[in-house]
Amino acid sequence: MSQELLTAIALFVLAVLVGFEVISKVPATLHTPLMSGANSIHGIVLVGAILIAALAHDPLSYLLAFIAVVFGAMNVVGGYVVTDRMLQMFRKRETPKAPAAEPKGQ
Amino acid sequence: MSQEWVYTLVFLAWLLGAAAFVIGLHQMNSPATARQGNRISAVGMAVAVIATVVWLVSLGVLRTEAILIIVVGGAIGGGAGWWLARTVKMTAMPQLVSLFNAVGGGAAALVAIDDYIRVQGTPEESISTAIFVVLGAVIGSVTFSGSLIASGKLMGRISGKPIPVPGGRITTLGLAALTVLGLLLLVLGADGGPLTLDPTVKNLVLLGIVAAALTFGVAMVLPIGGADMPVVISLLNSFTGTAAAMAGFVINNPVLIVAGALVGAAGGILTKLMADAMNRSIMNIIAGGFGGGEGTVAAAGEGGSVRELGVDDAAIQLAYASKVIIVPGYGLAVAQAQHAVRELAEQLESRGVEVSYAIHPVAGRMPGHMNVLLAEANVPYPALREMEDINPEFDRTDVALVVGANDVTNPSARRPGSAISGMPILDVDHAKAIIVIKRSMGRGYAGIDNELYTNTKTGMLFADAKDGLAALTAAVKGL
Repeated sequence: MSQELLTAIALFVLAVLVGFEVISKVPATLHTPLMSGANSIHGIVLVGAILIAALAHDPLSYLLAFIAVVFGAMNVVGGYVVTDRMLQMFRKRETPKAPAAEPKGQ
Repeated sequence: MSQEWVYTLVFLAWLLGAAAFVIGLHQMNSPATARQGNRISAVGMAVAVIATVVWLVSLGVLRTEAILIIVVGGAIGGGAGWWLARTVKMTAMPQLVSLFNAVGGGAAALVAIDDYIRVQGTPEESISTAIFVVLGAVIGSVTFSGSLIASGKLMGRISGKPIPVPGGRITTLGLAALTVLGLLLLVLGADGGPLTLDPTVKNLVLLGIVAAALTFGVAMVLPIGGADMPVVISLLNSFTGTAAAMAGFVINNPVLIVAGALVGAAGGILTKLMADAMNRSIMNIIAGGFGGGEGTVAAAGEGGSVRELGVDDAAIQLAYASKVIIVPGYGLAVAQAQHAVRELAEQLESRGVEVSYAIHPVAGRMPGHMNVLLAEANVPYPALREMEDINPEFDRTDVALVVGANDVTNPSARRPGSAISGMPILDVDHAKAIIVIKRSMGRGYAGIDNELYTNTKTGMLFADAKDGLAALTAAVKGL
């Protein structure tokens, strides 16, 4: 395997571990916004769509890249806006209960 | 600036984006910082996307067609996403998240497929590329079709009941086998592999794999009941993250790999938490549930007789209680009765009754969905109580009002030998009196009778959640 690929695999494994560590601390009450927020983050695939658009050189790849950009942009913009709407509602409350709850189900 | 310098800066911008995602998720730990966290994450996304465009412009590789694709496609997709997100009702939010998840998975699959077609016959078409392409295309396609079905089920376009797939388990296994076979063909046929395949054949094989994966997504979600959709969406969310990471391997892009892996881990944890809360394994849910289906069975059942309660009697019980706990469930979300429940609670509070809400971890249609619905209806955040926190308080409660919740209140979960044995439940039966608002004696998702209903302390108010609550509010006002 190339050095590049090995580095990429290391990055992947470490990011998975960081993900577990960061996310297992979120209280159950925030799970829906969290799911929605994580949902917007995988919209990062928009970067991939833009890169393949730059490399496209025939009608088929134009089409594939176009659909990928539309899908990716929808995922990113829609995801962040809907998450913000949800969290705005939580913010309207007076003083939120400080430690909402222990994370469950370890 | 030399191109190497520009790439270094772009790489650092991607890294900044990835760091923003981690920090953003971390800030979602608490309601106070959650909104800021989401914004940090959004800024990271903007930085990563803009850096990518700047890099391509500086390389001078963007032709008119590419610019058109990016600008027009971005405007259409972004506009549609913005409009949907601004106009959706909060009760319809789970299906929208599922739809965004579907398009994300679709985009990841397309990136992988397009890259594979491009590298055909070049030295870039290595065995590892073939593996990541197939994984990205397969996982992305499964999430695309699966999330669309999940979204359709939540919208009510597709029946929420489990729909058997022709051929059942054999069909799903067959589709999975086809995919693996295709993967082997493409890996062995890659540059440097033992097989020599015509590019057309390889593209056809990839097309076949994608078709099998799309069908698999449909066949996987159709047999799962509406009440399990939260777990399924969470699982598919995790899949999309993984698909994005695979696409990142294909085009060798670090920010896709890191962000995708993060989301893969997030969705995985959420899925496990929810499955745990229902005392079921993820495999058990995917394999098709309890067989009972949603409440179609009528009649009081063997367990004993139920006591029916009129609206006025129920209103008197509530109005003269000193402590009331409301237990909202899936039925409340379906009937969109969150505003009605808040009105009743306000009426009671104006009479000096202490009202709080007991939220089971899987109440509603997504984890934490009930909190969002009640928050939208202006229920004060501190009144929403988690299961472990509120369970000891049922002993001191005069009336527990159960609205559209069933299995999560069934005391038979405490004994072995029941379909839901071991599932954590709300100790509703410890309250001095219990009022259950329910449309009929239909069973819950587990398909078993709820002993709570035949408890002598329980009165049943047969009504739709919204109508029943409105009638109760009117009756309390009239007292």
